[in-house]
Amino acid sequence: MCLAIPGKIIDVLEGSPTLGTVEVVGVRRKVDLGLLQQDDMPKPGDWVLIHVGFAMSKISEKDALEQMRTLAMLGEAEQAMQEVQGYGLEETGPNSIVREKPH
Amino acid sequence: MRFVDEFRDPEIITKTAEEIRRLIDPARHYRFMEVCGGHTHAIYRFGLKDLLPANIELIHGPGCPVCVLPMGRIDDGLAVAESTDHPVMFTAFGDMMRVPGTHGSPLEHKARGVDVRIVYSPSDALKLARCNPDKHVMFFAIGFETTAPSTALTLMRAKAEGIKNFSVFCNHVTIIPAIRAILDSPDMRLDAFIGPGHVSTVIGCRPYEWIARNEHKPIVVSGFEPLDLLQSIVMILRQLRAGEAKVENQYKRVVPWEGNRAALRAMAEVFELRPYFEWRGLGFISQSALRLRDSYAEWDSERRFQVPGVRVTDPRAAQCGEVLKGVLKPAQCKLFGKECTPEHPIGALMVSTEGSCAAYHSYQLRKEAVTSIHSAA
Repeated sequence: MCLAIPGKIIDVLEGSPTLGTVEVVGVRRKVDLGLLQQDDMPKPGDWVLIHVGFAMSKISEKDALEQMRTLAMLGEAEQAMQEVQGYGLEETGPNSIVREKPH
Repeated sequence: MRFVDEFRDPEIITKTAEEIRRLIDPARHYRFMEVCGGHTHAIYRFGLKDLLPANIELIHGPGCPVCVLPMGRIDDGLAVAESTDHPVMFTAFGDMMRVPGTHGSPLEHKARGVDVRIVYSPSDALKLARCNPDKHVMFFAIGFETTAPSTALTLMRAKAEGIKNFSVFCNHVTIIPAIRAILDSPDMRLDAFIGPGHVSTVIGCRPYEWIARNEHKPIVVSGFEPLDLLQSIVMILRQLRAGEAKVENQYKRVVPWEGNRAALRAMAEVFELRPYFEWRGLGFISQSALRLRDSYAEWDSERRFQVPGVRVTDPRAAQCGEVLKGVLKPAQCKLFGKECTPEHPIGALMVSTEGSCAAYHSYQLRKEAVTSIHSAA
């Protein structure tokens, strides 16, 4: 649950709320940029740490790649991808690849 | 046995483990508590205890927001979804879905026809409200200060857009009062803390200063890799050897000392502290949880709906509370591995990946299986 997922900013959509398109291992979703410092907004190519659909902070590319490796080491990479794929309720189609955890 | 070669930078890790051995006083028994559930998970997954000398004991603190939520709160949330005349959709993060309530988990309620949906962001719960004007969408919010700002910002959006068919059932908790309750508890004798990683990105490091100043215990905010945790232990041991107690930040690459001002502002706008809140295992702790301010009453599930407010104790044999406080190890609970397993969890510590019982079960038992295979070979 305490996943901080690194993502690369693809674009920033002006307006309120400020949303940004991020890319996480090839998956693109919109995240809310409202928790970032408004006078230091990310630009395309910057990296952010994402938690439950909100960008929490800007980080360097080096730290972003390390964070991705940390998630893999923790065995949380799949969970992170499932979370990202679920942003925006993208999972509601018949071809959805997001599954609920089996129980 | 977790081999050091499997880690990144195995040489640095070996050197750090040696440094730890150099710094300890062999006559002393050290007790360090990691508060954050993510650290508990990492410690088990990486088998860090095997790399530490025997006189360093790692105690698992109550840093798993799913684990510390009393069953009565889950019952209350599900009661809102079930009993109102107007259709209500119960939305929550995935790790809430299998947590047992008195009459079943949210997923089991879904199987019985209650409209229960997984969301991965509170803003997606709000999106469901926008897309389903005929239903009321309730977001069952959990989490520490890492997650509360996102809920806060979502509520600000809901208010700004005038979305009326949305409310939040707020179970956000705050980390500092939990640490205070642990330190006040007569059962605990602790020497230092490994500070939470991601909570600190929001609150910064300053809120921990009283632990060093008033309680005279070191606290080092740590990252999640094996090297991060081992380095944090080195930093703690250096302080103890020097008779110091201060707050240090090992996770500088992610955690700013001042925290996230925008996140703290959003929380202050929307939330206020409850006078008290019940924590599984720790009882009632004052000023330890958040509720919506009066200015957001319309979006507060507990004010929109009749909430039973029933207090439910855990099944008597389950010792969740003692494991949460660090008084018992998971395997010392009578139900561990027998009636209570990840497949059939009795308590939340076995459901959540951050819960110490689930972590112990996954990694320790796997390790023991591997060891027995090796010794049989």
